[in-house]
Amino acid sequence: MEIIAKDTLAQRIVRLVVKTPAIAAKARPGHFVVVRLDDRAERIPLTIADFNREKGTITLIIQEVGKSTALINKMTVGDRFADILGPLGTPYPIEKIGTVVGVAGGLGAAPLYPKVKALYEAGNKVITILGAQRQELLILADELKAMSHQLLISTDDGSLGHKGFVTDLLRQVLHQEKVDEVIAIGPVVMMEACCKITRELNVKTVVSLNAVMVDGTGMCGGCRVTVGGTSKFCCVDGPSFDGLAVDFTELRQRQRYYSAQEKAAYQAYQEHGTEGCRCLAK
Amino acid sequence: MSRQMMPKQDPFHRSQNFSEVALGYTKEQAVMEAARCLNCKKPFCVDGCPVEVNIPAFISRIKTGDFRGALLQIKEKNSLPAICGRVCPQESQCEERCVLGKKGDPVAIGALERFVADQATASGNESFPEISRNGFKAAVIGAGPAGLTAAADLALQGFDVTIFESLHSPGGVLQYGIPQFRLPKEIVAREVDYIQNLGVKLNTSVLVGQTITVQELFDSGFDAVFIGTGAGLPYFLEIPGENYNGVYSANEFLTRVNLMKAYRFPEYDTPVRIGSRVAVVGAGNVAMDAARTSLRLGAQEVYIVYRRSAAEMPARHEEIENAKEEGIIFKLLTNPTRIIGNDQGEVAALECIEMELGEPDASGRRRPVTIPGSEFQFPVDNVIVAIGQGPNPVLLRSTKGLNLNKHGYIQADPETLATNIPGVYAGGDIVTGAATVIAAMGAGKKAARQMVEYCKRKVV
Ligand SMILES: Cc1cc2nc3c(=O)[nH]c(=O)nc-3n(C[C@H](O)[C@H](O)[C@H](O)COP(=O)(O)OP(=O)(O)OC[C@H]3O[C@@H](n4cnc5c(N)ncnc54)[C@H](O)[C@@H]3O)c2cc1C
Ligand SMILES: Cc1cc2nc3c(=O)[nH]c(=O)nc-3n(C[C@H](O)[C@H](O)[C@H](O)COP(=O)(O)OP(=O)(O)OC[C@H]3O[C@@H](n4cnc5c(N)ncnc54)[C@H](O)[C@@H]3O)c2cc1C
Ligand code: SF4
Ligand code: SF4
Ligand code: FES
Repeated sequence: MEIIAKDTLAQRIVRLVVKTPAIAAKARPGHFVVVRLDDRAERIPLTIADFNREKGTITLIIQEVGKSTALINKMTVGDRFADILGPLGTPYPIEKIGTVVGVAGGLGAAPLYPKVKALYEAGNKVITILGAQRQELLILADELKAMSHQLLISTDDGSLGHKGFVTDLLRQVLHQEKVDEVIAIGPVVMMEACCKITRELNVKTVVSLNAVMVDGTGMCGGCRVTVGGTSKFCCVDGPSFDGLAVDFTELRQRQRYYSAQEKAAYQAYQEHGTEGCRCLAK
Repeated sequence: MSRQMMPKQDPFHRSQNFSEVALGYTKEQAVMEAARCLNCKKPFCVDGCPVEVNIPAFISRIKTGDFRGALLQIKEKNSLPAICGRVCPQESQCEERCVLGKKGDPVAIGALERFVADQATASGNESFPEISRNGFKAAVIGAGPAGLTAAADLALQGFDVTIFESLHSPGGVLQYGIPQFRLPKEIVAREVDYIQNLGVKLNTSVLVGQTITVQELFDSGFDAVFIGTGAGLPYFLEIPGENYNGVYSANEFLTRVNLMKAYRFPEYDTPVRIGSRVAVVGAGNVAMDAARTSLRLGAQEVYIVYRRSAAEMPARHEEIENAKEEGIIFKLLTNPTRIIGNDQGEVAALECIEMELGEPDASGRRRPVTIPGSEFQFPVDNVIVAIGQGPNPVLLRSTKGLNLNKHGYIQADPETLATNIPGVYAGGDIVTGAATVIAAMGAGKKAARQMVEYCKRKVV
């Protein structure tokens, strides 16, 4: 559970390589882990962005969005997590299906990468579309390029590649090629927008959902998402689901339930460090 | 002489803190209560105890002030007395059978058991037996009462035992489910320490089925495996609106509060949100715990919504009384039909229908039937669903060939607790469905004995 390498991929996004042989031995694309930093910490789900069975390591890519991710991003080589549980979730099935388009928005590149890599190695034609707000926020472009037949890039401000959204590029590709499957991973709005396009063209679309989790083992039901009109546990039944069947509105609402508490904790942390939160308690 | 009442925190104060509600007997009270026991030749009380604690024998020792002797006597049968004394449903087990109960109040067996266990820790002289190793290795999956008991007994028999637990903390429901004010976590920690001192290795954050499979445990050298993974899959009502924000399964709610210590947010990082009005659906121990926890988190009005009548409520009698004293409002013969949300996707109200009792059903209880047209709504900020749990599928789906019963629980021989896979034993809630702490411990004990036999047979 020791961090053996760390680098910064973009502003507020770091990559950690963690020694955890038991998890590395079992990891497959689509799996995630739940980590806990210390005894007072939350249990935080993070995708296994890559793994190396020989070295017994997994790679985690973390974007700072609140207190826990800020603390994780401050960890350095030699530091340890209090615990890491995994691999969790149902792996994404890797088969030869033909032509696959991977679409990643922002941090979505992290969970997309292991799937793209495995699909490429399994002999599929892989087209990857990578987007971010601006060039400095694009991550894993080189890694994805090495595992794709074609890599297309978009930035909201046009600082690199197409100026606009990944959905523009997805629409283009879908009109040029016969595509067997789309995998779209990123912010909920982005996945929803991708599914709107693929639904029109009736293309199978897999998304990876990040519901708020506690245990990650199917014990609490807090990660409920509605897919095809029925309630599923994201941690056990997912996190990959049929995007055309997902209730995104509900997911967005459920992700926001603790916003006020999260903001207060993050702010207190930024102003006073970890002790800030103890002040808030009084 | 009448039964000694255990002192409790007064209802008003306790409903605002997480400290233990029942404070335990004083020495004088314990001796006086013990004096009520008739030391029956044919002690019916023992028949009511799932692990057959020699009740008159331990109570006799309390009479003479030999508290340590009393503890050793209990520990012959029950390795977790501080826990059982607090959470056993005594009124339907040992105390139900006590002869004194025929005319008046039965002996307070649970309270005495608790007293003896607490006395021993207060004086800090727990002793560890010499154990000679027998060379066998056993894996125990799940660190709930079933797994902990099996592990302790196997270690005492000389096994090299490793427990694999998926959460970061051991104890199972004792850790994540039953709240601090009913079972202080320090007590759970103490019992786990005891088991570790017997040489049992505890491997937390290992989800068997995902991190490692049962087959791989055998491949890595374990001779026998005990599965005690509990009934950790929360059931929902399957009514409209159940995914609105503010609807919790009792498991999630209690896990946030107990395991993750959300009641101390932001000192601890995990949040929990409870508004001023809370409806808890169900009337078992889990429901009482959720309702009383809501109150302690600041809710003003907390309802228990239950479709049957008071007589059928499955919770321990003491906890129902405690809940009433603390001001929990019971809406009985009432069944939820729909959860109503606001435009933010948050719970706004609960719609229910009134019920009446009809003909007895298969369980012998009168079946509740709806009264047509009696729907009504009341405003709430949270709905906590505490209607039961099922078997968690993670381990089951990865263990090929393991036979399950028609409810999806593991099929184990009731006498030996052997599953259909040689060397694999199972017990506790994962076999019986949600039951009791003491029943899970009884199963752990029984399985341990059989695992010893199994390993011995294997060598010959
Ligand atoms: C299956 C899965 C895989 C994920 N993989 C990654 C990854 O590889 N890299 C990465 O940076 N992030 C990943 N996330 C998201 C990550 O877990 C959250 O960013 C993190 O929990 C936020 O914690 P915080 O305290 O920093 O922020 P907070 O201030 O607590 O929350 C910020 C936002 O993060 C989300 N969040 C908060 N708590 C949780 C929780 N317990 N579980 C899930 N989401 C939560 C909420 O939507 C919230 O609005 C993943 C989430 C899931 C469910
Ligand atoms: C809120 C609540 C209150 C209760 N109150 C009472 C009471 O007052 N009196 C009473 O007698 N009973 C009570 N019960 C019931 C009692 O707690 C259970 O019957 C008992 O805990 C069952 O024990 P167990 O060991 O079978 O399972 P559990 O206690 O559920 O323990 C199972 C353990 O296995 C772990 N696990 C699960 N799957 C895996 C896996 N794949 N790999 C590794 N580990 C795994 C779990 O994390 C857990 O720690 C209550 C239950 C709840 C939920
Ligand atoms: S273990 Fe439970 S049932 Fe048995 S004597 Fe003790 S309190 Fe009674
Ligand atoms: S039945 Fe009652 S009085 Fe008799 S031995 Fe048991 S506890 Fe004592
Ligand atoms: S996170 Fe608890 S069931 Fe999925």
